[in-house]
Amino acid sequence: MTIIRLITQTVFLALGQMWSNKIRTMLTTLGIVIAVIAVICTVAAMVGLKQFVLGELSSIGANKVWIFPRMPPDQRDRFSFRQIRLTVDQVNGIAANAPSIQRLSPIMQINAPVQFEDRVRPFVSVQGIKPEWHEIEQRFVTFGRTFTANDDTERLQVCLINDKGVEEMGLDADPTGDFILIEGRRFKIVGVVETRSVSPMFGGDESQTEIFIPFGTGMMLRDEPRLYIVAQTFKAEQFEDARAEIRFYLRRVRGLTPDDPDTFGIESIEQAREQFGIIAGALTTAVGGLVGISLIVGGIGIMNIMLVSVSERTREIGLRKAVGARPEVILLQFLIEAVTLCMVGGAIGLGISQALVTAAQFSGIELIKGAQIPAWAVMLAVGFSAATGVIFGMFPAMKAARLDPIEALRHE
Amino acid sequence: MAKAQYNPDAPVIRIRDLHKVYRIGPEKVHALRGVSLDIMRNEFVAIMGSSGSGKSTLMNILGCLDQPSHGVYELNGRPTQKIGTGALARVRNEEIGFVFQSFELLPRATALKNVKLPLIYSRRHWLSAGRMAKEALRRVGLEERMGHKPNQLSGGQRQRVAIARALVNQPSLLLADEPTGNLDSKTSEEIIALFKQLHAEGQTIVIVTHEEDIAGHAQRIVRLRDGNILSDHPTELDPIHQDFLQRSLQIAQKMVAPTPAPAEVTP
Repeated sequence: MTIIRLITQTVFLALGQMWSNKIRTMLTTLGIVIAVIAVICTVAAMVGLKQFVLGELSSIGANKVWIFPRMPPDQRDRFSFRQIRLTVDQVNGIAANAPSIQRLSPIMQINAPVQFEDRVRPFVSVQGIKPEWHEIEQRFVTFGRTFTANDDTERLQVCLINDKGVEEMGLDADPTGDFILIEGRRFKIVGVVETRSVSPMFGGDESQTEIFIPFGTGMMLRDEPRLYIVAQTFKAEQFEDARAEIRFYLRRVRGLTPDDPDTFGIESIEQAREQFGIIAGALTTAVGGLVGISLIVGGIGIMNIMLVSVSERTREIGLRKAVGARPEVILLQFLIEAVTLCMVGGAIGLGISQALVTAAQFSGIELIKGAQIPAWAVMLAVGFSAATGVIFGMFPAMKAARLDPIEALRHE
Repeated sequence: MAKAQYNPDAPVIRIRDLHKVYRIGPEKVHALRGVSLDIMRNEFVAIMGSSGSGKSTLMNILGCLDQPSHGVYELNGRPTQKIGTGALARVRNEEIGFVFQSFELLPRATALKNVKLPLIYSRRHWLSAGRMAKEALRRVGLEERMGHKPNQLSGGQRQRVAIARALVNQPSLLLADEPTGNLDSKTSEEIIALFKQLHAEGQTIVIVTHEEDIAGHAQRIVRLRDGNILSDHPTELDPIHQDFLQRSLQIAQKMVAPTPAPAEVTP
């Protein structure tokens, strides 16, 4: 009870003291204010950035799985690329042996020169796909038709082109029936595929022409085509199941012993999201920690002004002691004064940060639009401000508490 | 509260064989060499002595700002030597009111807040602090100036605020250290008149001074020299003071005799 009364008294005393020294208080707390703004705004920006990246990642599709050959990093001399490449048999085997996989499409991708009349594009992405690809990628034919089973088995030279490609290649609005040359071979355009708007983050500013050909036809273009698989699980949570199934199957058919590393990779967006989340968290902590150093600088400012305050108010301290203030009360008073200074600085910093974050939210800049101050950051800022006050106020407060009242009253 | 336990006939201050030794480097300085003194309730005592006589040391011990090296100091029958700094602070808060030569008011606080200061550190009177501070200001005649800050008050008014602050916790002892040292003679008279009034109201007062005319207002004069009590007499029986009065009178007569115009009297 006594202690609570003492603290409330002292807080009011300190606030009064600060109110009567307004300019000095402002200058002193500036360090803390800036430190808190730096910490809070960094954290808020990181939160916004994280939200943005995670949003981008989920737009790709949460239940998508990629399967691709991967050389074990430390065993490059043991395996050749030929050994580890996915074969059509393996693709079919995965489809048959992974019950969690709803559908899959092998993709055979090359970059090839494409020509329409006298217009040539030297490096156009040409992908051999199965019709399941449309469902998995959620990109459908808007014009014409997609591939039939016949196109695939007969390896017909037909192709799809995306609508950006129609523009870039200077094709008619209805390009079906036109012929283009892919690596010198004539392909008949049978349909137009939607262009997915890809954010610049994932290289969306490159050439956007895409050509799709039947998978079977694509296999003819190379002797040993490099394949990867894009697949879809029934539910997003099934990724681990799917991975286990695929891994079990592939290790078996590739004859890998238990000591051998995987010679393939199985990844999902969910996994990428998790990894990014971890990285973003670590980054937030690291940046927050770095910026937190500015709190120390602010704290030193507080300590300095408290020391000045103690020596300026030596007579006052002497008087307070003479009229009955115990040393611990003086200690508490100066400590609370330091803490109050820091907390006021922290509160001002929080207010300014909130204003900045609100401005960022309405700024229209994609990367920081999602910026917001998490509750833990507020508590952290307040906690650190208070801790700074206690740590850096302790020395001046002890100095004040130890003053001999007789000496203090004689002080000039 | 605790004060009610005291025997009203017991001395407020009882000092026996008080010694104080300071160490300044390797040297020992004997500031007090066995002082014994009783001050009864409602006495008005002046403690006098030249610098180095030990009067400041005695005052610091009387005010519980310092503790004796040896000897007994009982305040209201309770020993104060050998108690901790916290307990000593409490004694200062509850039993002693200080008045200093240079007032020692908080410059940014109003008169009322200055007077309230001891109550902030008090365990009692927390809720009635405002009322008690106003009452103390009324006693010193500054009730209508309680909202003024020290720089808006004259020297005499400042000292009266300081006296109100000393009185606010109803101390058993009012201890004044050269209370008129920073004041002109007219204001000094006012302050002394205030002390006399408080004394008449029952307050025990101890004034430390080196001015004979100030000491002359007390009932009793205790003179210190070299850490010992030189003399301790009622004022009207104190030979040094009587001698001082006589000489003052002679000087006044000499000055008055040749030139009857009192306006030209200058010291």
